[in-house]
Amino acid sequence: MQFDSRRNYENSKQLVGYVPRREATPETYRRVGFMAGLEVHQQLLTKEKLFCHCPAGVYHHHEEYDAELIRHMRPTLSELGVYDGTALMEFRTRKEINYRINNENACTYDVDDTPPFPINREALGIALEISLLSKLNVVGEVHITRKQYLDGSIPAGFQRTAILGVEGELELPHKKIRLIQLSIEEDSCREISDIGHVRVYKTDRLGMPLIETVTYPDCDTPDEIKQACDYIRFLNRSTGLVRTGIGAGRQDVNVSCKGGTRVEIKGVAHTKWIPELTHNEVFRQWALLQIKEKLNNQITDVEGWKADFIFVNGAMLDKIPLVGQAEKVMLVNLPGFEGVLSYFTQPGQSFANEIADRLKVIACLEKPNMQSSEQLYPDVNEIVWDEFRRQMNAGAKDVQLLVWGPEADMKTAFETIEERCQMAFLGVPPETRKSLADGTTLFERVLPGADRMYPDTDSPPIPLPDEYITSLSKKLPREVIDSYKQLKKWDVSEEVYTYLFSKNLFPVIQRMANELEADPKFIALFFGQKVKFAEGHFRGPDPFDYNRIFELFAFLKAREIHHNLAAYMLQEMIEHPKMDFDSILQSIGFKKISKEEIESKLPMLKAKFMDGKQEISKTNMRNWVIGQVRKRALGNVDLSGLSKLI
Amino acid sequence: MDNDIFQGYKGAALEVLKKYQVRVWGTTRVDTTRGGFEGTVLPRSENDDDQHIVIKIVTGYNIGLDVNTILGMIETGYKKANYKIPEKQFPYTKGLPKVKLFGTGGTIASRLDYRTGAVIPAFSPGELYGAVPELADICNLETEKIFAVFSENMGPMQYKALAIAIGKEIEKGVDGIVIGHGTDTLHHTGAALSFMCQNLPVPVVLVGSQRSSDRPSSDAALNLMHAMKAAGESDIAEVMICMFGPTSDEYGLLHKGTRVRKMHSSYRSTFRTIGDTPLAMISRKEITPIKKSYNKRRPDKKVTILPYFSDKVTMLYYYPAMSPDVLDAMVDKGYKGIIFVGTGLGHVNKELYPAIERAHAKGVHMFMTLQTIWGFVHMFVYDTGRDMMAKGIVPAGNMLPEVAWVKLSWILGQTEDPEKVKEMMLTPINDEITQREPYNGYLVYQGGVPEVEEFIKRVHK
Repeated sequence: MQFDSRRNYENSKQLVGYVPRREATPETYRRVGFMAGLEVHQQLLTKEKLFCHCPAGVYHHHEEYDAELIRHMRPTLSELGVYDGTALMEFRTRKEINYRINNENACTYDVDDTPPFPINREALGIALEISLLSKLNVVGEVHITRKQYLDGSIPAGFQRTAILGVEGELELPHKKIRLIQLSIEEDSCREISDIGHVRVYKTDRLGMPLIETVTYPDCDTPDEIKQACDYIRFLNRSTGLVRTGIGAGRQDVNVSCKGGTRVEIKGVAHTKWIPELTHNEVFRQWALLQIKEKLNNQITDVEGWKADFIFVNGAMLDKIPLVGQAEKVMLVNLPGFEGVLSYFTQPGQSFANEIADRLKVIACLEKPNMQSSEQLYPDVNEIVWDEFRRQMNAGAKDVQLLVWGPEADMKTAFETIEERCQMAFLGVPPETRKSLADGTTLFERVLPGADRMYPDTDSPPIPLPDEYITSLSKKLPREVIDSYKQLKKWDVSEEVYTYLFSKNLFPVIQRMANELEADPKFIALFFGQKVKFAEGHFRGPDPFDYNRIFELFAFLKAREIHHNLAAYMLQEMIEHPKMDFDSILQSIGFKKISKEEIESKLPMLKAKFMDGKQEISKTNMRNWVIGQVRKRALGNVDLSGLSKLI
Repeated sequence: MDNDIFQGYKGAALEVLKKYQVRVWGTTRVDTTRGGFEGTVLPRSENDDDQHIVIKIVTGYNIGLDVNTILGMIETGYKKANYKIPEKQFPYTKGLPKVKLFGTGGTIASRLDYRTGAVIPAFSPGELYGAVPELADICNLETEKIFAVFSENMGPMQYKALAIAIGKEIEKGVDGIVIGHGTDTLHHTGAALSFMCQNLPVPVVLVGSQRSSDRPSSDAALNLMHAMKAAGESDIAEVMICMFGPTSDEYGLLHKGTRVRKMHSSYRSTFRTIGDTPLAMISRKEITPIKKSYNKRRPDKKVTILPYFSDKVTMLYYYPAMSPDVLDAMVDKGYKGIIFVGTGLGHVNKELYPAIERAHAKGVHMFMTLQTIWGFVHMFVYDTGRDMMAKGIVPAGNMLPEVAWVKLSWILGQTEDPEKVKEMMLTPINDEITQREPYNGYLVYQGGVPEVEEFIKRVHK
């Protein structure tokens, strides 16, 4: 009887116990042993790059380059005399790496044709401040280390990086998260494309100062890991010395389930994506563990398991895209693998995707690159599969794969398939995975270990004497958790905290409360609601300077204008940042009118309301009358006080 | 014994390690005023201070701890690292050319040195094969480590030893010779071997790397592959330097040992043929000749080895207002040959004339070369040039200053007869002086100029 792949997929999804995240409870995650930690990257706000004097933060479009150059990377030994697994994987891909260089923002250091200049002291100072805020044990001497990256994201083949502190702590509202370490490092290139054996990067971001904060896997739920990530970002921003905007902060999330393996979800640009990604990843691992069980039950000779292949004629496969252009079509037999390829792994994906992803990355076969006899939505009919099974002498419980592409890549393709299947007997392979917008992930590379470190023989160690550390300690801003507690005390709603912390607004709120005697709750909400709204709706020539809000309230106070006018001045302030407040008042048509004069209009308006057609009620009357005087009253009287007079 | 256990530590740091009885390569827990740290104690570079102890923490990073902050340390284990490139027997493939690789040191093969914290040369055939297995597809390789010195320490002794070794190897019937060499003085050695090994029947290829082989983007592997291919396959039987053409991993260039110069302190594409074009381009696929005439490979084993070198030759890089006592001092110290590196067409100031006369009277052999690097010495244009020639300075054509120093040293190792010396200097052995300079022999393009920028954008750098 024909194997029903789709039914197997649905059944296995049930066996895994997958539920959508909105239906998941803390108990769901306890059951699978959810465990997650973070590596949070943050660009520092410096004028220059970390190891050269190129300007930092000057970006260019893909096509705006002055020169191109090519590198190939080879794995080299770590300091401890070991090759790193990731490095060996990348070497197998035989990638040609193409770098686009713009003379404005990259120099010969960036492309590894000049040794490093001394480390950027401005960056080091900022990174140390953040280390101290993170309560890390700060090192006595900074040692620059080379961390191998053979994917080409750094032309040297390694990133210069250094540890500044270890064993810190981050206080969340309901929990403490332990920190492993904080390092300062140079940022990598931005990828333009990666097709076949050619990967193209641009070097504008390369070499910019970056810090990486690494936590222990102390988070138990997807929401908690997001909160931890937000707090690390808030902490970084509380210094006012880090970059903001797209790509200035990025995080890698490490996830595992009970019995699983640490898997790193790389380059998550926004913290709001973290919950869905980690939710799906923990279930993917849970599914892989079930596949492991299944395979070890189904197959007796696990040690001696091997795949097999033949080349076949692709003529019968004209329905599959790309097969027609392929040099070779390979048929691979996976003995005893029935029910595995269509086993659920992620929403809409099965184990077959694990193989297809690796074929793209390691064997450089562009997708679609594979079709299995357990395809959920097949393009090849059973008659054709039967013919292939006959050619291969395949057993009834075997599963077949068709793979196509350039002949030169077929050897690596077969090895990749066999290797991934062998890993399935062991459970969850340690991987770095790329996040996708739908909350799923795909294979990016083998997870690197500590075996890719090598001392930077081009840089001397940098001592950090006590006096220097003490002087930095004196400049530290208030801790985020203390600001959190203060906002709570002021009775400010939690809804606006993310905005206030991500824009680092606590200091200005506090200054306004102290110096202008403004109500901190009102100010906090003014920022969190009015300013946020205005920013979302109006565009100005420059990023908005939040200190202008302080000036605005100081101005209103000095002119004895009621602060309920403030919100109506925001649009002009954003669109014309250089306009003075008097001009803004004129522009929005504000006139100073005495309280008495406004109040004197009320009886006449009340009478007019009574003559009108509205249903007569006290609320309706108040609303209508206030509506009539609103424009003149704003800035002159408190509207709720006025309302009470009606 | 202390030195082994506490490798590189001295003064205060050494005292702390001794006090708490923690060895280098010992795993340790350290309590400091800045908090706790755990890791493996690493050796310390001798030139670094005595105030810090280096440990490798579990994530693989190294950190230093200030000894003044250390409150306590205990050794919890011991784990010595073994940095060793995997050695594999270099396989023999029938039909491939037989190439001999001489090791002299330099960055072509190197490893970490804890004494200085820098990289030091390391070399063995198996290591090379372990690091660059593709070599086995190019040739059958034999290797011999002649010495292990940094490029800047290569000198007359090494030139002579290499020349003799090359002669012996050719007699044994090798198809080509590769010499691994640091890059700083690669062109000095290239010139020396050009003069010492004449009438070569096989290629002799000097190769190095601008980025040590301990980094993933090193040019060492590709340079080695190119050099082996040139030695084994090409029919250019000359002393050549094989290094990157562009900084990209695309192709290498084969330069004549007598016309090549290192032109950038750190670029991969640092070697340039000066005043002429290179002999050929080389990629992993093919060798593409650029020059039409060169010494062809021959089946015989007749090579002339002339391993001579005088250590009584020096160079004088002229600067305005140079005082004559500089030259007098050289003569007083017994130097018998002086290569002047003059300005413009080959000039020095008049104040030097008396000293030049004194040197000439003492029989010092003096030749003029150029600071401009490109171009010919031409001392007839101005009176000063004519004056100097009258006082005994001989113009050396378009011979590069370093090459002139090498050649004069080589000649004075054989004869001191002034006429003979002059004749030998001015009679080119292998294009160290050329008859003509082709228009494309001088190319220093100016960045920023539109047509140059367009070219740079189109062609891989």
